[in-house]
Amino acid sequence: MSSIAERIAASGTSNAIELRGVTRYFGALAALTDITMSVRPGERRAVLGSNGAGKTTLLNCITGDFFPTFGTVRFFGEDVTTLPPHERIRRGLRRTYQISLLFSRLSVRDNVYLACRGVSRGRFSFIRTRARDAIMQSVEELIALVHLESVADRLVEELAHGQQRQLEIALALAGAPRFILFDEPAAGLSPAERRDLVAILTALPSHIGYIIIEHDMDVALRVVESVTMMHNGRIFKEGAPHEIQADPEVQELFLGSGHA
Amino acid sequence: MALEQTIETDSLTLPQAQQAGAVSRWVHRNAAILILAVLLLILPAVAGPFILDQIVGWTMILGMIALSLMFLCGYGGMVSLAQMTVAGVSGYMIAVFGPSSLPSISLFWPWWVAAPVAILIAVAFGTVVGALSARTEGIYTIMITLALATAFFYLTLQNWPIFNGFNGFTTIPAPHFLGVNWRAPIPFYYMVLFFAALSYAAVLYISRAPFGLALQGVRDNPRRMEAIGYNVTAHRVAAYAFAALIAAVGGILLVWQNNQISPYSVGVNAVINILVIAVVGGITHPIGAFIGAFIYVILHTFALDALVAVGLDGRRFQLLIGLGFVIIVLFSPDGIVGIWRRLRARARTSGGGNPL
Repeated sequence: MSSIAERIAASGTSNAIELRGVTRYFGALAALTDITMSVRPGERRAVLGSNGAGKTTLLNCITGDFFPTFGTVRFFGEDVTTLPPHERIRRGLRRTYQISLLFSRLSVRDNVYLACRGVSRGRFSFIRTRARDAIMQSVEELIALVHLESVADRLVEELAHGQQRQLEIALALAGAPRFILFDEPAAGLSPAERRDLVAILTALPSHIGYIIIEHDMDVALRVVESVTMMHNGRIFKEGAPHEIQADPEVQELFLGSGHA
Repeated sequence: MALEQTIETDSLTLPQAQQAGAVSRWVHRNAAILILAVLLLILPAVAGPFILDQIVGWTMILGMIALSLMFLCGYGGMVSLAQMTVAGVSGYMIAVFGPSSLPSISLFWPWWVAAPVAILIAVAFGTVVGALSARTEGIYTIMITLALATAFFYLTLQNWPIFNGFNGFTTIPAPHFLGVNWRAPIPFYYMVLFFAALSYAAVLYISRAPFGLALQGVRDNPRRMEAIGYNVTAHRVAAYAFAALIAAVGGILLVWQNNQISPYSVGVNAVINILVIAVVGGITHPIGAFIGAFIYVILHTFALDALVAVGLDGRRFQLLIGLGFVIIVLFSPDGIVGIWRRLRARARTSGGGNPL
């Protein structure tokens, strides 16, 4: 494991995300085959592909929810292939989930508080946080950012679907993220909520890069500068949004049938 | 608008009045527990040794051990059947390190060395239980902790050099210090009340502190907790350690109260009793552990007489206890605490108050 000095030195020159030969088997099924890709710090990338193309598995290998069967994962130059998820999160990686993974029997404020506390010190503290402590300021800011002020004291299980999706995003923005993985953040959102989402994504500070998986091309292609197309667990094509949209192979495989 | 204005003026000119308002709101919210506290404090003035020791004292001790399970289960989602065993470890250790009727085993250390050492060993044991079961969930946690509890029971039964086999230990006196015999009914009652209240308050306080909130996060969604920066396994093990501390103190008090400990104090029956107490009281609030313990103690103490009084065989009192528990859990899966919550919610809505 590298020292902090090495990590800082490495992060100056390295890619935010660097995958080499990442392969993941579930039994005999290869969900990912030989994925090699790199994303620069601050870069915004869409990963597109049909269901079962391996997009979510890719995110799971980057966060450590699953480890790759083969291959290496580097985060800002540091080999994190076998680090547990919480260690990667503490290094500045964040993610949202396709199906909301929230703390359903806690309030919205407690959910956001846990996310803020998770990337700061005092996770094991036996002393209650007071309303005037600095961390509560960031909690309230995040709640305001995703427009959940009016339901901040409600239990998450009582929220509407769209509100839970908003909260998903708030949890991923806690602390000082360096790179975020969004897994279908627009799924199930109303058109107005989609506009809010696009606004939140485009308003992120420019040093924060992200990978977004999204079926809604309107959302996806508006908030990214590069696109990776996946098919059957492999990378099929990479390029700028307009190149991908114009590519005849891509059109035949995805836009032609799926989006007629 | 006018209302806002008034509040603002009030807070500017009368901060004390606002503070007094906050205090009275707090008193109003916690009225039930405050009344209970006053009743418990003045109880020795009106109740005899039997009530103090065998009813209320025993309730509070069993309540503490059940509270340690409530903490793990209600906040952490971990059903550990080894909490009575943790209490048993500290109970046995106080007999080994302190005085007992067995000079060949007991070391006769003074209580202020023996008790901390006993608690330390029990907490270490509880932490090991946690480390072994923290990576499991649901029924597997129950199986592992039950296996450990059963193993400890057989260890005490078959080991003579340390645990004195099925005889166990007798004559384990509570200490004398500050000129007080702490086994006399009233001092012992206040000692138990002190530790029970302290454990209750600590659990309640920690439930809203970062450690307790994170534990509830682990209960609701361990995978997401990892994905926002928490080491879920470490958090679970730490919860076992904290719960073990409460159970360990309860274990020592139990031994001092009974004046003995034997394998059947840590047998599967005793282990299951703690689970039943916690579930019947309700694992969603710390007070449930004590309510459950009170019901258990009342049934255990009076069921035999009640059966004989109506002409039935008194030996069937266990049946009455079992029936009582089945009825409560059938009507309210979240125990007495759940019934209490529903009644209060109904009273609030029918009283025409705020529907929220």
